[in-house]
Amino acid sequence: MIRDITIGQYYPAKSCIHRLDPRVKIVCTLLFLVSLFVQNSVLGYGIATLFLAMVIKTSRVPLKFIVKGLKAIVVLLLFTVCMHLFLTKGGKELVHFWIFHITENGLRTSVFMAARLIYLIMGSSIMTFTTTPNGLTDGIESLLRPLNRFRVPVHEVAMMMSIALRFIPILLEETDKIMKAQIARGADLESGNIIQRTKAMVPILIPLFVSAFRRANDLAMAMEARCYNGGENRTKMKPLIFKTRDHMAYLITVFYMAAVFGLGRFVPFHLWIF
Amino acid sequence: MSIRLEHINYIYSEGTAYEKHALKDVSLEITQGQFVGVIGHTGSGKSTLIQHLNGLIRASSGTLYYEEKNVYDSGYPMKELRSQVGLVFQYPEHQLFEVDVFTDVCFGPKNQGLSARECEERAREALELVGFPEKYYRQSPFELSGGQKRRAAIAGVLAMRPKVLVLDEPTAGLDPKGRDDILDQVAHLHAQTGMTVILVSHSMEDIARYVERIIVMNQGQKMLDDTPKNVFSHYRELEQVGLAAPQVTYIMHDLKEKGLGVRTDATTVEEAADEIMRALKRV
Repeated sequence: MIRDITIGQYYPAKSCIHRLDPRVKIVCTLLFLVSLFVQNSVLGYGIATLFLAMVIKTSRVPLKFIVKGLKAIVVLLLFTVCMHLFLTKGGKELVHFWIFHITENGLRTSVFMAARLIYLIMGSSIMTFTTTPNGLTDGIESLLRPLNRFRVPVHEVAMMMSIALRFIPILLEETDKIMKAQIARGADLESGNIIQRTKAMVPILIPLFVSAFRRANDLAMAMEARCYNGGENRTKMKPLIFKTRDHMAYLITVFYMAAVFGLGRFVPFHLWIF
Repeated sequence: MSIRLEHINYIYSEGTAYEKHALKDVSLEITQGQFVGVIGHTGSGKSTLIQHLNGLIRASSGTLYYEEKNVYDSGYPMKELRSQVGLVFQYPEHQLFEVDVFTDVCFGPKNQGLSARECEERAREALELVGFPEKYYRQSPFELSGGQKRRAAIAGVLAMRPKVLVLDEPTAGLDPKGRDDILDQVAHLHAQTGMTVILVSHSMEDIARYVERIIVMNQGQKMLDDTPKNVFSHYRELEQVGLAAPQVTYIMHDLKEKGLGVRTDATTVEEAADEIMRALKRV
């Protein structure tokens, strides 16, 4: 039941993208997201589409999987498209029925906004599909390390994040088990009004909290018993090291940004910005 | 009372990268009053199988009949089924949550819609059945020892007066005396009330001592389904799938090889002792 939720949605596969350094993936994803906002033309979105398609193809994550992530924003997407389609004024009027006017500008804006939203989601999803949660925390810890100078506890925060991530599936399984145990005793989690259903969560939340505290206690003792003492002078078993493919990835992204920024914004072809 | 599984299949996370075909075409029937043991290597599908018996998990394909009625028909009263088939999970003490033990044991009967007085009666009955001392009735369940917690948790299920009691490794994490106590009490319950008992365990000795029928699971399929003597006579096959026969069975085989005329189908220490005495008297 609950086991069907794949947290962090890592999709295991062997691809170039999977093997990239997580820092590269984080930075390039951010740059890609920025690129979606610096331009607003067909050429710009065309280049973005090409780039995204190339990344998706290289990542070997099935398109079906990536599209599933869009399900969450279907409502928002429809809302945005409709709003822009029917309320934007300007340009030639294309369709007119009842009180709805669809203009050229409206059509263009709604398509662009939809594309922007979809690419936003797909772009960030690719990052999480191809990077393990621990890879992500390692990457973030590494990128934020300069903040140490300002007394920000970067290591501790990263450790908290990786422990939390590590325990999500464990606690989910425990929740599943507790729910089943209480359902086996006749607990009813589905019927009744909101008050009844909230009360019905008590037999699940209390054992879950007790269990979480017990695990935290055991884990803390285990870590101390193995001389864990915070991040000072602590080395990594799998240090992040840049390889050739990472430099290539950066290069390709820079070219892409140049293309989008340069062509998408400044090419004065009236055709491209119709 | 009968439980019948027909061609049950169960697949976890179907369609994702983590798909696992946990139960493959399992068919079996359990009738009233049987004491059945289910054994199998880790991941063989034992826990998945027993969670089908009270409808917690719905099979991906196949049918489940309880008392000849199809459980997967729409409108089938699942709550009723769970009152009749009680399931005690592994480490059941993790489900305790109430202010005190007595109230926790009343949780089940309350969900069955019984009056406060009936709930209390049932709770008392159940706690007595598991040998839980009365002086701890009003203590917080989190202040008890491991063994006491476990008894309280089992009482929580017994308070529902199920016709079938399914126990998933009830002795996990207990010391030898604790293990004997729990299993003796279950056997006593079975003898006294005629309750059907299904016991999942990793301990061949425990299984051999109490059950009259063993179902062996292997990689999601039913491998063997027979009396303990017959199942353990296949001890070589059992070894190949990560199980074993009780220690005494090996001893009897060794003795026979060395020349002592013993039968090799003893599965408990007492039987082995008797058999050896019998063989020695002849010498």
